[in-house]
Amino acid sequence: MADTKDLVWRAKGGVRRSTRAWRVRTSAVLVAAVVLAVLVVPPLVNLDEQAVDLGMKLHPPSLSHPFGTDDVGRDLLLRCVYGLRVSLLVGVVAAVVATVIGTAVGALAAASGGWVDRIVMRLVDVFSSVPHLLLGIFIVAMFRPGVWPVVVSVALTHWLSTARIVRAEVLSLRSRPYVDAAISGGASRLRVAVRHLLPGVLPQAGLAAVLMVPHAIWHESALSFLGLGLPTHQASLGTLVQSARGSLLAGDWWPTLFPGVFIIVPTLAIAGLAGAWRERINPRRRSELML
Amino acid sequence: MARLAGRRALFAVPVLLVVTFGVFAIAAASPFDPVKAYAGTAGLTASQENLDQLRANLGVDKPLAARWWDWLTSALTGDLGDSSVLRQPVADVIGERVGWSVLLAATAFLVAILLGTTLGVLAARRPGGWLDRAVTSLAYTLEAAPPFWLGLLAVWLFALKLGVLPSGGLTDTASSTVTAGQVASHLVLPAGVLAVSQLPWFVLYVRQGVGDALGDDPVRGARARGLAERTVLLGHALRSGMLPVLTLIGSRVPELITGALLVETVFSWPGIAAATVQAATAVDFSLLAALTALATAAVLLGNLVADLLYGLADPRVGFDG
Repeated sequence: MADTKDLVWRAKGGVRRSTRAWRVRTSAVLVAAVVLAVLVVPPLVNLDEQAVDLGMKLHPPSLSHPFGTDDVGRDLLLRCVYGLRVSLLVGVVAAVVATVIGTAVGALAAASGGWVDRIVMRLVDVFSSVPHLLLGIFIVAMFRPGVWPVVVSVALTHWLSTARIVRAEVLSLRSRPYVDAAISGGASRLRVAVRHLLPGVLPQAGLAAVLMVPHAIWHESALSFLGLGLPTHQASLGTLVQSARGSLLAGDWWPTLFPGVFIIVPTLAIAGLAGAWRERINPRRRSELML
Repeated sequence: MARLAGRRALFAVPVLLVVTFGVFAIAAASPFDPVKAYAGTAGLTASQENLDQLRANLGVDKPLAARWWDWLTSALTGDLGDSSVLRQPVADVIGERVGWSVLLAATAFLVAILLGTTLGVLAARRPGGWLDRAVTSLAYTLEAAPPFWLGLLAVWLFALKLGVLPSGGLTDTASSTVTAGQVASHLVLPAGVLAVSQLPWFVLYVRQGVGDALGDDPVRGARARGLAERTVLLGHALRSGMLPVLTLIGSRVPELITGALLVETVFSWPGIAAATVQAATAVDFSLLAALTALATAAVLLGNLVADLLYGLADPRVGFDG
């Protein structure tokens, strides 16, 4: 039993810290790789990801096609990079829109107080009661087809938690002595908001936005998989999984496997980085639960 | 307890009113036209006069609030309209399918709780140990993995490669009757995948809860009294560590519905979530509206269960607070 105790103590000190540093470094490298791949590959690599080669259809992974080819002979690595590009773009835009809405609503509720606050937050509670994906499916079904319905549907279902976070942060900042000092010093409302409240809220809102990107990608790929998302000529990772269904049922696993890996790896990397960021701005709430 | 349940039920009424009104408002703002959807291809050749007549018959020419009110009052009498894609009254669709969805979700949830608690306790025993790291990494990876992708890979492995389980549906295609044995074998894959998609959350919370409890005074006291490691872990640490998890079980209903939407579609499970996706693809408004309201009601019920469980498990919590 004695060695167990030793293990526990050691694990709580050095080992865990080094694991954490390693995790953050790996996450940073992966996020950088994802961003580079998405930004650099399409303009530099002058290959047509839509190039159909029926002689090459459904080849398993090999040296010339590391991820194999799909049912019309397109290179899956290239398809995945382009899919990630579409997914990431939709995810980032949706996360930014959701964060702007959430910050505005949360700040408005906290700044107004009274009945405005109560009504707005009750509405947030009400809309939290509808499962996100279901509400997203409903919005997309009504406004389909196109890219914008997907972005709007993901954004409209994701701002609720940001509104709660921002409201709580503004309320806590507003009761700090330095804000009282600024007000009694004659600062205008606008000045208090911009100089004293905004800098405190921005890191939290930014963190929420970063953490939202994987969620948004997840939602977009779910919608696309259900056939309600992006049109096939703008294939996202979810669309790739959806269109690989036929091949999978014929026994070919690679067109399904790799797009999924391309969803998981950026999600873990972004969560790893955001976790480190959260510990920095919020050291008291050190938690291992980051997703 | 009855008071809490009553108050929650009272809160549910305005929530459902606002949600259903929101659904009607979104539909009204969208380019979706119920008349064209109803008429189908015939609408392309129909005269304007016929279309107007149809518009009046369907009651679409009325303002938004009036349409919502009509829907609401007839919904209270049990008439939820007709589903255009399934060619059935919406109430029948729900009645036929809701049982299968509940079976799937309940099985998956039970498996997720049992497996998640086991893995969480094992991981919490030695924080930083190899088992902990393996379980935690697996949990994060599964949390990031889309359930539909897991489902497809499970179909590939278990139905195609190993050939041990059916790939979808409720019964074999050749069979015309629904037998318990067939349903059980067809339930394994979808319930397993749904359970795995809910698993990470349980594992991580149980691990956190039990890990925290292991450092607390009662556990130290139990150790000092010389109790067996097993008793300390399961009798003391797990009991207090599970408390926060228990309270959150009810609040997992939205995630369960999200998972079911994807898993039922992958496995062609004849449940209500698969019907939702069909309704969305065909823009079947009456079915979508009813199912959105139903899902919201399920979430509210889950919240109530969470509160009740909390009060039952922790005597310090009063029900009147």
